[in-house]
Amino acid sequence: MSGSDMTFGAELRPVSEEPKPAVRWWRLTGDSLFHAAAVFAALIAAAALFATVIAIAYDSRLSIETFGVWRFLTSSEWNPVTQTFGAFPFIIGTLVSSAIAMVLAVPVSFGVAVFIAEIAPSWIKKPIAGAIELLAAIPSIVYGLWGLLVFAPVFSSIEPWITQYFGAIPGIGLLFQGPPAGIGMLTAGIVLAIMVLPYTSSIMRDVFLIVPSSLRESAYAMGATTWEVAWDIILPYTRSAVIGGIFLGLGRALGETMAVTFVIGNSNMISPSLLMPSATIPSVLANEFTEATTPLYLSSLIYLGLILIAVTLIVRFLAVLLIRRLGRREGASA
Amino acid sequence: MSIVSKSRSGRRLWVAVLALAISGVCAAADSTITGAGSTWVYPLVAKWSEAYKVKTGTEVNYQSIGSGGGIAQIKAGTVAFGASDMPLKPEDLKAAGLIQFPTAVAGEDLVYNLPGIKPGQLIFTGPLVADIYLAKIKKWDDPAIAKLNPGVKLPNMDITVVHRSDGSGTTFTFANYLSKVSPEWEQKVGADTSIAWPTGIGGKGNEGVASYVQRIPGSIGYVEYAYILEGHLAWARMINKDGKVVSPTLKGFQDASAHVDWSKAQDFYVILTDHKGPDTWPISGCTWQILRKSASKDTNLAVMKFFYWGFEHGQGMAESISFGPLPPSTVAAIKAYWKNELGYTI
Repeated sequence: MSGSDMTFGAELRPVSEEPKPAVRWWRLTGDSLFHAAAVFAALIAAAALFATVIAIAYDSRLSIETFGVWRFLTSSEWNPVTQTFGAFPFIIGTLVSSAIAMVLAVPVSFGVAVFIAEIAPSWIKKPIAGAIELLAAIPSIVYGLWGLLVFAPVFSSIEPWITQYFGAIPGIGLLFQGPPAGIGMLTAGIVLAIMVLPYTSSIMRDVFLIVPSSLRESAYAMGATTWEVAWDIILPYTRSAVIGGIFLGLGRALGETMAVTFVIGNSNMISPSLLMPSATIPSVLANEFTEATTPLYLSSLIYLGLILIAVTLIVRFLAVLLIRRLGRREGASA
Repeated sequence: MSIVSKSRSGRRLWVAVLALAISGVCAAADSTITGAGSTWVYPLVAKWSEAYKVKTGTEVNYQSIGSGGGIAQIKAGTVAFGASDMPLKPEDLKAAGLIQFPTAVAGEDLVYNLPGIKPGQLIFTGPLVADIYLAKIKKWDDPAIAKLNPGVKLPNMDITVVHRSDGSGTTFTFANYLSKVSPEWEQKVGADTSIAWPTGIGGKGNEGVASYVQRIPGSIGYVEYAYILEGHLAWARMINKDGKVVSPTLKGFQDASAHVDWSKAQDFYVILTDHKGPDTWPISGCTWQILRKSASKDTNLAVMKFFYWGFEHGQGMAESISFGPLPPSTVAAIKAYWKNELGYTI
């Protein structure tokens, strides 16, 4: 990839540097203007990110001074009456709901992508891919309303069954206790999984389609099944792109606000059961920002926002690390 | 030729647009009042301002950004009035150079979902509700509930507590009432627009709470009066401070206000929960408007005129959307308060 870039540049540079009398003065100015505009646009984007982080950190200083970092991260008391604030239940809620979403969405995305890339007859590929991509176009508030008004009632009739069968298993059973309200951590995770699906599946599908057909066809010629081709040929070939797609979806799940607020049940308490209500950082912000009447309260909410940014950055960092490490291992084995 | 004529007509268009824009700005500057704050009072201000514009030409531009935002905006002086569901303490008002007055009364009630039990059939007391929300009473056939409701067949069902997840004046009023009637609630939980709930699930907005209660058998929640009128939910009767069993009515909310001696209450810092009176509804609430003392007389007068017009002529409109108009005695007290605090009144 990088090699071909170099040859491209090497071919082009002398051509563009050749003095061309035919070029009008305004074309040169136009080009340098475009150059400046592109640099400016790039700088603006970077500056906006930095300015946001700095502004959020600045506005949360009152809470940072009052509670410090460690105490705020580990305290599970969030009480506007006593003006004591701690982020722990919301950090847990954010991470667990997103984890549920990924556990559900990744296998389905893989299935969808393999179906479109390998199995589906060509006339059905486009409609299915289109339908899944349309999922991404639905506003998140619609997912929230759908989750609350359509999915939760159905799910609440399934929950007693889940509690009866899964709840009886020692150990794991703790995850499936509680009243069948239809809302809670698991509902939020399922709704998030549907929202994340178009992102992960369309990236997987795109990269699966660029796997050289010589590779695939030689595997089929060796008598490999579709599963073996997908798992042993396509997936290793596209691994880093697939992981990138998964983390893109995870990023979306971590920051999702409205849909989660509607279906997670909004309780500040940490419960081992996935059927119990919980809360995430974005959902608390959405719920409490408008009526936060004291400076410390408001500052603590903004502090939560800062922590969400940190969580997202850490997740991104881990993704890059993982891709690099896998890349190195692949290099070593090859 | 054609270019010239085009540019000329273009210029004429621009002049026209500019003139329109300037006249628009002037008109707006003459007769627009801006306010921001409480989402609870928004339907009332919207309804009043629509009629007020037709009557006087003055436009009221109200943004329902929440009480916290309303207080911040009026402190910063970016709006002419701020609206809050929770009154500011007199010392806070003084420190920030603000005044406040009530707008209208409202109320809320408990709703429940129990098979076979009709709206208005169950009777609660404040301490009982506090114990339910403290998770001390966990079953519907608890003796404490059965004692208040002889003859009602209560099921052996778990109680699922539902509360508001978003910060809200409704929560503040509810928690304030529980603090007044239950020492344990006051000590463990207290009252604010958001509180640390000992138990339960949180629904966003009145709609969220109503939809949870409608769906979850054995649930109990609290919603504004308007949601009870819709008729989908079974609501409770309460025993008030006088020991009488009452149903929620606009008159019950107004009685709460009528039994307050507003002339003695500094800066109207009175919460309408748990007041005396045989018909008084115990979980009554109020919303407040906040003005800046240092704002120009014209600005403040414009706001005062608008609300005074609402007090006098907007009563029917208020009732149509389940707000109780302030009793005449309260309106008189507001007028005297303006004179006293600002040195002028309408």
